[in-house]
Amino acid sequence: MQTGPNPDKTALRHRTGTSHQDPLAVRVILIFLTLLFFGGFVFLPLALVFAEGFRKGAAVYIESIREPYAIAALELTLTTAAIVVPLNAVFGVAAAWAVSKFTFRGKTFLVSLLDLPFAVSPVIAGLIFVLLLGSRTTLGSWLGEHGIKLIFSTPGIVIATLFVTFPFVARELIPLMESQGREEEEAAVTLGAKGWQVFSIVTLPNIRWGLLYGMILCMARSIGEFGAVSVVSGHIRGMTNTIPLHVEILYSEYNYAASFAVASILVFLALATIVVRSIMENALHNQQQTQF
Amino acid sequence: MFRASPLPDKQTRTMLPFKRNRRQILPGFGLSMGYTVFYLSAIVIVPLATLVAGSFRIAPDLFVNTVTSPRVLASYRLSLSTALIAAMFNAFFGFLTAWTLVRYRFPGRKVLDALVDLPFALPTAVAGICFATLYSPVGWVGQFLGRFDIQLINAPSGIVIALIFIGFPFVVRTVQPVLAELEPEIEEAAHSLGASRWQAFRRILLPHIFPALLTGVTLSFARAIGEYGSVIFIAGNLPFRTEIAPLMIMSKLDQFDYDGAAAVALVLLLISFSMLLVLNSVQRWQEKAYR
Repeated sequence: MQTGPNPDKTALRHRTGTSHQDPLAVRVILIFLTLLFFGGFVFLPLALVFAEGFRKGAAVYIESIREPYAIAALELTLTTAAIVVPLNAVFGVAAAWAVSKFTFRGKTFLVSLLDLPFAVSPVIAGLIFVLLLGSRTTLGSWLGEHGIKLIFSTPGIVIATLFVTFPFVARELIPLMESQGREEEEAAVTLGAKGWQVFSIVTLPNIRWGLLYGMILCMARSIGEFGAVSVVSGHIRGMTNTIPLHVEILYSEYNYAASFAVASILVFLALATIVVRSIMENALHNQQQTQF
Repeated sequence: MFRASPLPDKQTRTMLPFKRNRRQILPGFGLSMGYTVFYLSAIVIVPLATLVAGSFRIAPDLFVNTVTSPRVLASYRLSLSTALIAAMFNAFFGFLTAWTLVRYRFPGRKVLDALVDLPFALPTAVAGICFATLYSPVGWVGQFLGRFDIQLINAPSGIVIALIFIGFPFVVRTVQPVLAELEPEIEEAAHSLGASRWQAFRRILLPHIFPALLTGVTLSFARAIGEYGSVIFIAGNLPFRTEIAPLMIMSKLDQFDYDGAAAVALVLLLISFSMLLVLNSVQRWQEKAYR
């Protein structure tokens, strides 16, 4: 079964490369332009975060990260991620199982519905939950009478983040599981495996890297989400402030050093995401190579 | 690649929507499908439907007045035009980056390749304060540009800068795999038939890569229309000049004008969804091109 490029030919192409066909001048100019672009759009902003964060010295940097409001914001952000990631992961697995292991009408339509949140502006994502659950609506006022407040409190932040990070795991798993086909699971069923056994023994080991990778993307986005959370949070310090909102507040108070110090935490998390991603892509690549 | 034709066979066509093909033996269809539809409805469909249904309750003349007020129209125009310009820049820089990463070997290539994803991973607010600080009159780049009387902060061009950052990974990540899969024989054939390097690029490579490039550019454009966090810090948010459409929704909400916010949002949503439709047809065309 040939599902990818011939590994031998790929290796050959990489060794000889087509690069020596491009004249040296072209190569140098194009690489230089790329580096220039990355310099301006990637390296400069990254350097700036740390330069600004440490502008007033390491003591201010550490103090900005350790002050109670920053800690509270970090706690809220991590709590949100801890609720959102598992929920969306379970959904992602269920959706990928239904879509990739069965044939049914309306599959293409269902898959495009899964991508819907990507097409919605983060601000609109926040707005729809204010409209649905805010105190102005029937549902919201009923909840309010029973002492349940969803908007401008933690549940609102969690729901808006659920919406924004909704497709990540499913999107990662559907192509992966479709490429793996149904034969292994069907063989397991034929040999007498029960539903849960088929999934945990046959499917899960095959998709573990993709699943983990989708969850990491989901986590990165749920930690960093700004627009949607900004709409539903109400910006109550120490209560409904996530880390990105905290960065915004500090910045708008002209407290740049503290703002960038807190932002540097997010930069570390982003860089960690990228590193893990590279490692996993290699793992996924190796896994696929050993399969064929 | 030999795969079964995806065309629905006779049996699939007679099936009811979301009902499975009875010949399949794997377990868990009802559970996984049921949960998928339930969760999708609860988190995505019902909330989005609320916005649409809520907009119908607004008096039609109020809706039209809100959406066509000069300030709101200016914000739509600004969001669309800056997103379009940024997408054009990204077509160039994204293609350039993909080309360099796939075709050349140089020290640090793997690091650059990994860092392409930074805009996906970095919270938009962090990107926003970075660019606002870099391009402020006392910032690292702003100081330098100030000598030539160029000011990007509080100007539409600053918005474009932020949107280029947000959108360029989309182009790189769609073009890169197509470029990598390209058979070197095609180009060799062109050369042996006497084509110059430029001719081979323009007549052979570019048409092959174009559908992927268009997909990436459309994705980056669609993302840029709704972008908020990275833009508001550098934009300065001056009415009629640097106020983007998502910010209009935000400011209507701040004044508790929920109907106005919903009206502005609905139009923006319709624009985004029509982009999605365009993207779908582009992708269908792309699949046809590679068949």
